[in-house]
Amino acid sequence: MSDAALPAAGQSARRSRPKGAFIGQIFEGLCFAAATTLMVALGGIIASLVIGGWPALSKFGVGFLFSAAWNPVTDAYGAAGPIVGTLITAALALILSLPIAGGVAFFLTELCPAPLRRPIGTAVELLAGIPSIVYGMWGLFVFAPLFAKFIQLPLMSAAKPGSLLETLTTGIPNGSGILPASIILAIMILPFMAATLRELLLTVPAAVRESAYGLGATTAEVVLSVTLPYVRSGAIGAVMLGLGRALGETMAVTFIIGNSHAFPKSLFDSGSTIASTIANEFTEATSPVHTAALIALGLVLFLITFSVLGVARLMLRKQGAKL
Amino acid sequence: MSAARLARRRVGDVAFKAFCWVVTGLALIALAAILWSLLVQGFGGLNLDIFIKSTPAPGSPGGLANAIVGSIMMCVLAMVLALVIGILAGTWLAEYGGRSRYGSVVRFLNDVLLSAPSILVGLFVYELLVAPFHGFSGFAGSVALALLAVPVITRTTEDVLLLQSSTLREAGVALGAPLSFIIRQVLWRSARSGLLTGALLAFARISGETAPLLFTALNNQFFSVDLRHPTANLSVVIFTYALSAYDDWRRLAWAGALLIAGTVLAVTIVARIVAQEQKRS
Repeated sequence: MSDAALPAAGQSARRSRPKGAFIGQIFEGLCFAAATTLMVALGGIIASLVIGGWPALSKFGVGFLFSAAWNPVTDAYGAAGPIVGTLITAALALILSLPIAGGVAFFLTELCPAPLRRPIGTAVELLAGIPSIVYGMWGLFVFAPLFAKFIQLPLMSAAKPGSLLETLTTGIPNGSGILPASIILAIMILPFMAATLRELLLTVPAAVRESAYGLGATTAEVVLSVTLPYVRSGAIGAVMLGLGRALGETMAVTFIIGNSHAFPKSLFDSGSTIASTIANEFTEATSPVHTAALIALGLVLFLITFSVLGVARLMLRKQGAKL
Repeated sequence: MSAARLARRRVGDVAFKAFCWVVTGLALIALAAILWSLLVQGFGGLNLDIFIKSTPAPGSPGGLANAIVGSIMMCVLAMVLALVIGILAGTWLAEYGGRSRYGSVVRFLNDVLLSAPSILVGLFVYELLVAPFHGFSGFAGSVALALLAVPVITRTTEDVLLLQSSTLREAGVALGAPLSFIIRQVLWRSARSGLLTGALLAFARISGETAPLLFTALNNQFFSVDLRHPTANLSVVIFTYALSAYDDWRRLAWAGALLIAGTVLAVTIVARIVAQEQKRS
């Protein structure tokens, strides 16, 4: 369907081009330019991170990724602490959040009494949109004191010296650290993953579910062996999207992770993620190398999230899901 | 089938159902607890001063007026930029080049941008607009927010345009109208409420963003409507005040968080209502 094809059908060979044709080309050009802007933006993000981070990358080389030194005084920077912190918190958040998000989605599609189905479903979707800074504040002011009092202190006093539990729970019981940050992250990505999974499960044709029930399958069997496998690749995509969120999240983590650049030694030890390090230090960076090191951290985060999100989108597309 | 096996299946089923009930209950309790403390702490700090006074020094009375105005200005400017680019790009994907190879690359990258970490967008805009001009500015903040809103609008625009029936396009062509005319005068009009939904969702997304503003718009303690300079905004004020040691600053942070969350919820609900209306008509 293009403008140029229309006048060809006219009776007179010398018929003038319709008035809109020229405007049409301009309009199509504008639309094309806008679509290209998106590509340019993504390319610009990569380029700016590489250029901005180059001084640090060239100075520290590959060692930047593996060194845990982060010292603005001596201008020695290594990204290992924040990278490990990012991966651990995101993985823990996903492990904590996934079974719960799945349970909520199954509940809403199979078990929930009909009158409650829409209100709870809507509430979960609305909560997915709450700004992450709210989760961060709640973590700092409400969750951290409770966590320190009811979980950290009892666990730390129950741990026998030399046991695995003791290794996992060393740290200052002030409510901040790797595990509390992971829990807040888990709560933050929970509504998002639950809403996405629910949407996917709703796409399963009623006939598929009904025939499974008709064969005498229990609810558990219908969900775990029929509907969930039916949306498998979409569900993996949704989970990866949740992981992508947890990896790149800034505000919910910065409040409560404790912000130390050392390698986290236990679940209660304070640590940092890439995003929280950038958020905390960028405007106060002391030297050009410091700024460059932070931007290079951003590049690492970009590469991690880009690959996770890329896989997520491919899986979702395989499912043909529009999410 | 043996009785033992049947019993095992029954037990498994009951355990599964119980698990679903319990985790849903837990999840709802946790989320309700967050909303509850937001309401209690937020309303505790909410008064008229919030809307008419600027951010104070610790210990003196003040409000969030400069931050509210700054946030509104930046969000509105960002939405204007994002609507122009997003609607045109979505139109291109739906009507012109969406089926081409380039089109599918653009669509894929748009989807990735849709959930890219917002702090990276902040870094990009810092390199692009802040570092070269030696200064944080509200304008840079708007551009960062616009970059976050564009993918949302592009996506919804493409989706709603593809939903418009092809008879609309064919009728336009039969009348001799050029495609660009049909898009602007027929398709955009009939997709109006869908486009509005996308815009509202994008607005909800950017109005709560903090990370990209930390090093683009920065903050400003005083009232200012000049976007060429550092501009106060609610989310960065909340961030700095919540991490401060002063009780009155923390109260302001809670009030600000309540304002932001309330705005986001209200806008999302309106967007859902608009979408429902569209489905019904």
